[in-house]
Amino acid sequence: MSPLLRVSDLARQYPVATGAGQRILHAVDGVSFTLSPGRTLGLVGESGCGKSTTAKLVLGLLPATRGRIEFEGQDVSATRNRSWRTLRRRMQLVHQDPLAALDRRLPVGEQIVEPLIVHGLDAGSEARQQKALSLFDAVGLRPDLFSRYPHELSGGQRQRVVLARALILEPGLLVCDEPISALDVSVAAQVINLLQDLQARFNTTYLFISHDLKVVRQIADEVAVMYLGRIVEQGPPEALFHAPAHPYTEALVSAVPTLQRGTGRRIVLRGDPPNPVDRPSGCAFHPRCPRAVARCREEAPLLRPTSDGRMAACHLLPTTTGAVPAAA
Amino acid sequence: MELNDFVVSVRDDVAVVRGIDLAIGRGEALGIVGESGCGKSITWLAALRLLGPGVRTGGEVLLDGQDITRLSERELARIRGGRIALIFQDPSSALNPVQRIGTQLREVLHLHRGLRGAAAEGEALRLLDRVGIADGPRRLRQYPHEFSGGMNQRVMIALALAGEPEVLIADEPTTALDATIQAQILDLIRDIRRDSGMGLVLISHDIGVVADLCDRIAVMYAGRIVETGTTHDLLSRPRHPYTIGLLAALPSLDGPRRRLTPIAGTVPAPDRMPPGCAFGPRCRLMIADCRTQTPPLMLAAQDHRAACLRLTDTALMPAMTAPAQVVA
Repeated sequence: MSPLLRVSDLARQYPVATGAGQRILHAVDGVSFTLSPGRTLGLVGESGCGKSTTAKLVLGLLPATRGRIEFEGQDVSATRNRSWRTLRRRMQLVHQDPLAALDRRLPVGEQIVEPLIVHGLDAGSEARQQKALSLFDAVGLRPDLFSRYPHELSGGQRQRVVLARALILEPGLLVCDEPISALDVSVAAQVINLLQDLQARFNTTYLFISHDLKVVRQIADEVAVMYLGRIVEQGPPEALFHAPAHPYTEALVSAVPTLQRGTGRRIVLRGDPPNPVDRPSGCAFHPRCPRAVARCREEAPLLRPTSDGRMAACHLLPTTTGAVPAAA
Repeated sequence: MELNDFVVSVRDDVAVVRGIDLAIGRGEALGIVGESGCGKSITWLAALRLLGPGVRTGGEVLLDGQDITRLSERELARIRGGRIALIFQDPSSALNPVQRIGTQLREVLHLHRGLRGAAAEGEALRLLDRVGIADGPRRLRQYPHEFSGGMNQRVMIALALAGEPEVLIADEPTTALDATIQAQILDLIRDIRRDSGMGLVLISHDIGVVADLCDRIAVMYAGRIVETGTTHDLLSRPRHPYTIGLLAALPSLDGPRRRLTPIAGTVPAPDRMPPGCAFGPRCRLMIADCRTQTPPLMLAAQDHRAACLRLTDTALMPAMTAPAQVVA
């Protein structure tokens, strides 16, 4: 199947004024992946690793410094012109805070209809209303909530409204940036299940960004782990989370407090992630890596296929020859 | 420390904490879990009279048999930060941004231990070393904004330890931190407890974090404790339908991937509490009596209590996956 989204060597830099003069912050530094229709790619990593910047670049909300984004075979560029707006209809964003995403002065039903008006679709107001109501039902909201205002709804209900509004344009791609993080456990489970049901029903593709490995394992077909602007490991969730190949993935997985295991096997990394302005030489992870060798300080490892078919960027791993991008 | 029939009400007499009985033994680690608005944080803030006017409390808060709710503001101030210390989710807002770390540490050491001059300086250095902050003399002269989030939380812990507390109340101490930094802080709190024999009340929405550190867990719902037991018993054989529901709603990193089982509905607002059991409307086991009776905490098994009229039925429900040995 041809990919819905193809991202090649994507990078975004920011000039930063520091005490030592102008420096370059590499927020995203050469990220490549592909995403097939109806699939979910989970993007995980800690704050500042570039996962949210990647989302904004993919949607063309932020111009890339380098690299290429192809969505449904067309180049995405952050030009905000007519062709970008046409593309944006097919790629929607859901982020963490539904209250910030909604207009407090407008009943939620009207907000679900609004994208159709903005994009000049479905001329008749009757047809628009019908479509909005059917999506209201699809996301599990009672019809009597249609005329309510955002503040009258709970956090979980608001996130459902945001999902309905994103889906009314029948997008091919939904970029979800921490969509569950502001929700309580019992409600988060409702929204996770809903996302899975909607994907099954509409064949929507998700780029799912989260710091929560447990949520990502639940929802993703493929996972990419980012560290300081680069993907350090990518593969199926079961492989990554049960037998991590990259030492950073290993530490990240072992840091998750779970009910099933004690703390005996936990790998505690020393120090904080480095400032992206002072990206360490060689492998950016080497100052915190428990297994770093001399080569790691000098040479940046490439993301390469490992013997079991996933991708990892680590000098210490046995790899097969030749680099090919993995498909999600 | 002991809470007896502790209640908290806010403006217009809306009860947000509705009768809590809890005891923390010397050196014990007690975890408090529950979703937003369940009263898990407000209980402890109100117990230490840290909430503004308009908040009324009732019942007793005993520290070594002495009811601290009857103390004068001056007497209570000696206990706060002294025998009972608190740390919060956001260390940067709890620290004074315009005072050097050293000044803030020396103030606590003077206030609670009467240390001055070289003695205070020496103790401040020892505390920084204890919480894993290297290069103490330089660090003492720095301001909070010069520290990362994880480092500031270490400073908060040093400030808490400065008063040599018998009990540390930690309210979501790692929620704002990245996974690898969270692991560092959890390990630090564990080490300090092992050395000092300090009691711990760990308040968190994350059952994994609580299971990681605590001997015993209390689950709160709508201003009441609905279940308490040892960490192992409560997680492997939960008896309250809410606890059972919470655990089933949680995605996991281990075991087979299964569809999550959310809890239907949402938490009731404090001014719209349903009569009888507050969880009743969301409970699959609800019977007519649940609408009229508020169940007290009843013995479910040895050292395990739950507030549910249908305890005999929850005993028959299949056990959850047993957690591995939880190291406290």
